[in-house]
Amino acid sequence: MTDATIENAPYAFVRKETLPQESPPLSVAGPLAWIRANLFSGPVNSLMTLVCVYIVVTSVPDLVRFYLIDAVWSGANRDACLADKVGRPVGACWAYIADRFQYFIYGSYPIPQRWRVNIVFAMFALGIVWLLWDRMPLKKVGFFFFFVLLPISAYLLLLGGPAAEGFLRTLLILTFALMAIYLVLSFVPGLARFWIGPAFLAVEEALPPWKRFYRVKRLILLSLVVLGVIAILADSAGLPRVDTGLWGGMVVTFLISAVGIVFSLPLGVMLALGRRSRLPIIQFLSVVFIEFVRGVPLITVLFMANTMLPLFVPQEYSPDRLLRPLVGVALFAAAYMAEVIRGGLQAIPKGQYEGAMSLGLGYWSMMRLIILPQALRIVIPGIVNTFIGLFKDSTLVTIVGIFDFLRTIEATLVDPTWATPTTRATGYAFAAVFYFLCCWGMSRYSIAVEQRLAAGQRR
Amino acid sequence: MNTFLAAALAGAAMAVSVGGAQAQTGGLLATIKSKGVLTCGVGPGLAGFGIPDQAGNWTGLDVDLCRALSAAIFNDPTKIKFIPLSSKDRFTALQSGEVDLLSRTTTWTMSRDTSLGLNFAGVNYYDGQGFMVRKKLGVDSAIKLAGASICTEQGTTTELNVADYFRSNKLKYEVVAFASSVETIAAYESGRCDAYTTDSSGLYAQRLKLAVPADHIVLPDIISKEPLGPVVRHGDDNWFDVVKWTHNAMLNAEELGVTKANLDEMLKSENPEIKRLLGTEGKFGEAIGLTNDWAVRIIKHVGNYGESFERNVGMASQLKIARGLNALWTKGGLQYAAPIR
Amino acid sequence: MTTIPTETRQPGKASLLYDPKIRGYAYQILLLAVVGFLVWSAASNAIENLRAQKIASGFGFWHNAAGFDVNQKLIPFSASGSTYGQAFYVGLLNTLLVASIGIVLSTFLGFFVGVARLSSNWVLAKLAMIYVEVIRNLPLLLQLFFWYNAVLKPLPDARNSIALPGSIFLNNRGLIMPNPQFGPAFQAVVVAFFLAAFAAIAFYIWSKRQQERTGKQYPNGLITLGLILGLPLIVYFLAGQPLSFDLPQQGRFNLTGGLQIYPEFVALLIGLTTYTAGFIAEVVRAGILAVSKGQTEAANALGLRAGPTLKLVVIPQAMRVIIPPLTSNYLNLTKNSSLAVAIGYPDLVQVFTGTVLNQTGQAVEVVAITMAVYLTISLVTSLFMNIYNKRMALVER
Repeated sequence: MTDATIENAPYAFVRKETLPQESPPLSVAGPLAWIRANLFSGPVNSLMTLVCVYIVVTSVPDLVRFYLIDAVWSGANRDACLADKVGRPVGACWAYIADRFQYFIYGSYPIPQRWRVNIVFAMFALGIVWLLWDRMPLKKVGFFFFFVLLPISAYLLLLGGPAAEGFLRTLLILTFALMAIYLVLSFVPGLARFWIGPAFLAVEEALPPWKRFYRVKRLILLSLVVLGVIAILADSAGLPRVDTGLWGGMVVTFLISAVGIVFSLPLGVMLALGRRSRLPIIQFLSVVFIEFVRGVPLITVLFMANTMLPLFVPQEYSPDRLLRPLVGVALFAAAYMAEVIRGGLQAIPKGQYEGAMSLGLGYWSMMRLIILPQALRIVIPGIVNTFIGLFKDSTLVTIVGIFDFLRTIEATLVDPTWATPTTRATGYAFAAVFYFLCCWGMSRYSIAVEQRLAAGQRR
Repeated sequence: MNTFLAAALAGAAMAVSVGGAQAQTGGLLATIKSKGVLTCGVGPGLAGFGIPDQAGNWTGLDVDLCRALSAAIFNDPTKIKFIPLSSKDRFTALQSGEVDLLSRTTTWTMSRDTSLGLNFAGVNYYDGQGFMVRKKLGVDSAIKLAGASICTEQGTTTELNVADYFRSNKLKYEVVAFASSVETIAAYESGRCDAYTTDSSGLYAQRLKLAVPADHIVLPDIISKEPLGPVVRHGDDNWFDVVKWTHNAMLNAEELGVTKANLDEMLKSENPEIKRLLGTEGKFGEAIGLTNDWAVRIIKHVGNYGESFERNVGMASQLKIARGLNALWTKGGLQYAAPIR
Repeated sequence: MTTIPTETRQPGKASLLYDPKIRGYAYQILLLAVVGFLVWSAASNAIENLRAQKIASGFGFWHNAAGFDVNQKLIPFSASGSTYGQAFYVGLLNTLLVASIGIVLSTFLGFFVGVARLSSNWVLAKLAMIYVEVIRNLPLLLQLFFWYNAVLKPLPDARNSIALPGSIFLNNRGLIMPNPQFGPAFQAVVVAFFLAAFAAIAFYIWSKRQQERTGKQYPNGLITLGLILGLPLIVYFLAGQPLSFDLPQQGRFNLTGGLQIYPEFVALLIGLTTYTAGFIAEVVRAGILAVSKGQTEAANALGLRAGPTLKLVVIPQAMRVIIPPLTSNYLNLTKNSSLAVAIGYPDLVQVFTGTVLNQTGQAVEVVAITMAVYLTISLVTSLFMNIYNKRMALVER
């Protein structure tokens, strides 16, 4: 029925206009209904709700008062945070965090040298963004930056000293040499063509090394820039050696995590391939390594690295105290990474393998060009989750005496300068916020990737 | 010896920093000279004995011994790499060659001297294990600690001594052992334990870390002998001699009244003992592979034992420990240096 | 690009170099040689170093007197008469104790939180989500430090203990309660308990069959409860009450006597339980979500209410998805119990890899034994879980 028919209808009791829509009754829509459906749908549910509300009401205001309202935000020493000195109830002592903030970041790293750490932090952040943000271009260059240039630069900058400078010099010479070779190789054919004429084109086709070399150009250029900048810095400001005993705080926490990921990922790929290999010995050794490491706690691996690694090498090569847990953590993470990657390899349909083989690709070409790119892409969430685990586990190096972030907090808790009843609660809260932000951020990222991948799968 | 693994490790990790592949022919002293740095294992931070300040400069009685060695070898007390070691790690670090000597309140015991393959180069602090308790407990003697909970650090002689003491006195107690002194003292302060036990020098140092040091007292009882001294590995007698005589030189200097301040006058002294100490007579320094003015260097840069003691743990320091057993033998103490002749 | 691998260009008999079989052997022999060489050189270095350092090797230390004390011990241990070997068992039992109790508690808490996250109750679901997010994103070590100080700090010292009814005391030395002393006749009670348990199981099976045949339902719960509680109680009174309690007394410093639960144990247990429960909750949630909605709808269509739907339809199917990750969470809890070393709970790592290693200096042996223990626990657990998993697995036609 149309409006026209209504208007023309002769019956007086028929409405001529549509009534405005009534809002639905309160019992099925609106906040009250929502509350009823979601909070008080039954006696058990109502009880649950009341218990939950009770928990929230009793804990949240106290927490807010302690950490925000009653908190002390500035002060020079513990007098600022002692209730009887300031004459009011005192909550968290944030002044203590502010006072020791530099120590939490850098540990005992010499103050005039801290710019070096900052550069490494910046490079680390750049590398992370490059690799993890999907809009960044030149992913392959990014991989090279993160897995090759960053570790080298971090070593050069953080440790410094004559050995590092010598190493930097060698690397620079090597890069220059590569650059020169590249220049020669890319100009010679052009010159040759100029002299010989178009007949040369055939010759060019048959010389794959240039083509291959062409792709390396960007990597060389990037290395040249990064190493050059470090060399200029080393020349102007100098890079005196800073012993690893002085490193501490977030520097060490990030270092352990970064070393863990940089070494465990390639190692994990190798182990995962080994475990799926048809060659029995390779498979056996991979399985033994993976299952062994996954069967023992990280602490025992760290103890082993700390006490047994020095025994396994000749006395004069005794590894650095910081290097030992790094080796332990990298091997430990590699075993877990291997299992994650193996999951990805297993998820690749058989047709991909067969397709690659029917193209005549050998094992390594097949893995490098067809399988691994797909497998790694689908396990990115798994890799990020393993990394979150690694980041949290990095706190365990505390137990073998390395000054990571958590340890620096512990160390300042017994400092009489800031000994107050609330210092401990403040220190732990600060550590919790730091770890939570890092881990939660990473897990959000992993979920986002998962959703993006799922969207791609849905088509 | 097989160096392949080492080479692989070094190549792979690049951060291997200690050691280097110096020839082992000239002994440790030659190696140290060629490296240009002395690697000294110290405590992770014990006020008065070895503790870094905010800028990472180490001070303390044990640290001064390292500085004296560095001064004797390089004529420069700063050519030292300090490696902080926990009680648990210290011997492995020394045995594995990671440090050249250990100078961190280490008790000289027979098993350590023999079966661990170590040599104690002297005693730079005569100590004994004691207890710290809260004043309000009203305890004035360790024997009254029956039934108490006691916090201690694991992997130390302390842990064994306290078991011995309570066993021999037929007292019951509860031990709570922690992996590091930081956790131990934190547990004591939080009230988990009635008493905290470690070397009495350590008690004084740790008490400074408590929020209100005056609320705690160190009981007068000493339940063990704890001669603390510098330690080296077996197998390099020359290096052992160097460490031993560096310590003795500092003691002799105090006994002979040679101080940082009067060193220049003393160099002109006619006293044959002083002449031998300061190398104006005889070739004692060269005999241990150093220069003859080795003791001069030590005193110039670090001072004699008494000066070091007063500066770090004695009345001029926060700790305010009396000389007691650590006075020279001439003043009723135990510190007695073999003569240089 | 024209990168055709060489082997395909030459069909027929290729050179030995390109035969994949030969290559396979070559790779393996090479790897074996490298690994063998690494192991051999590590071993020879270790032997040389140990000899140079004059560290004894072998397991002779096992029978040497320990000379130190441990506070929490499930078997008799004292500094005077006990050996390092006994110290090992003390630590191992403490590890197993905290791990087994932790596994049970974290399973309950984890299932509760996991179901709560899917609850239609908005507040409950949000709280459960916050719990899971916070717990999972903080390092366990930090949580242990927190619990240790959160458990210790608010409690009064031993002289001002909180007295709970039944001679139970709570202070910063732990929870002290009456220690049951079992008389010899108590064995009869234990036997009665087991008999009652068997009877209850037998009755349960019988009643199930009866129900399937006739549809008649029996009050299973009441009868089971009556059997399991009643029978031992009757025997207990018949045997003349063979149970007494060692009550804690106020001593000079601590309460003496009684059964003491140490704060380190409580802190570790709470830390491990809440941490693992956060992970189990996610496993449970994923398992329940994996059961297709059609199952719930079908159950509803049959007239089952929410409770029975969950119990009879969803959970049994979800268990298939839940079991494998649950196993690995149990293993993680066991392995994580080694963090006890940070808060002074005398577990295997703290007693053995901590104190014994330091007192003997025999790093290789001690670390090897510790690792072997954890490996064994891991392997045995996964063995049992695999068997269980096989029984639970979907039987397909």
